[in-house]
Amino acid sequence: MRATVLIRPKPGILDPQGQAVESSLRHLGFAVGEARVGKLVELDVEAGDGAEARAQVERMCEQLLANPLIESYEIELADEP
Amino acid sequence: MSGRPLVAVPVFPGSNDDRDAVAALERVGARAVAVWHDEGELPPRTAAVVLPGGFSYGDYLRCGAIARFSPIMRAVTAFARDGGLVLGICNGFQILTEAGLLPGVLRPNASLTFVCRDVRLRVERTDSPFTSRCDERRVITIPVKHGDGCWFAPPEVVAELEANGQILLRYERGENPNGAVGDVAGLCNEAGNVFGLMPHPEHAVDPLLGSTDGALLLGSLVDACRLSAAALV
Repeated sequence: MRATVLIRPKPGILDPQGQAVESSLRHLGFAVGEARVGKLVELDVEAGDGAEARAQVERMCEQLLANPLIESYEIELADEP
Repeated sequence: MSGRPLVAVPVFPGSNDDRDAVAALERVGARAVAVWHDEGELPPRTAAVVLPGGFSYGDYLRCGAIARFSPIMRAVTAFARDGGLVLGICNGFQILTEAGLLPGVLRPNASLTFVCRDVRLRVERTDSPFTSRCDERRVITIPVKHGDGCWFAPPEVVAELEANGQILLRYERGENPNGAVGDVAGLCNEAGNVFGLMPHPEHAVDPLLGSTDGALLLGSLVDACRLSAAALV
């Protein structure tokens, strides 16, 4: 099963990378508001069903993929029933 | 015992300050031994652990996030939980926060640039195993060199650390090189036996390099090792 994990800087957390992207876009003439930069992780997960896969990926996020102090995550499963 | 306490310096793929750490520790009176990251145990009679700076595992995902799962880190975590002295420098500090041995997290510098220069630091407490030799010198100069040194913790955590006196080192006014909350340059755990800092004391032990203030911190650690060894006899 294909899992996509979207990791975002939590609201209120300073995101200097997002600020740099935002100011570069403005320099290019784009009228953008706040830009935030996160990460995307794609995984193949071996699991019997969607619920099991989701539970596994949640554990991955808690233990490694995200730092809960500064990042939130969202999981999408491709073959979820 | 020879009087030279044994300090283990774990080496991860991508560590690059391990040799300087070993040399600096030897210089201040320790017997320092590099230990490869896939060792499951620390050497017998290890008196302290110094996690060196560098870019373990290429800083992939987040700085220190992968090194934390190395076999040696299981041993270091157990050692710390038993009250063993652990010092993390730069990447070592990042690993300690990711491992949950120290509070907060090190984020990309607010400037987004790599900073490499001497900084003046205020030693907030000298009654710790890592700062005892700073009694006469409360402001010390030690270099930083990092891209991810912006220490962050939620306000309630910062308040608790302040109340407990866990913030041992701060950047002097106007010196904060990375945007760290509260100008925090180094802090310890609640028990006081685990300490992490972004500046590099191992690069400041020889007058040739501009400062010997790093020897005050590393020497404090060696003193503390001797004291705890004496307490065991």
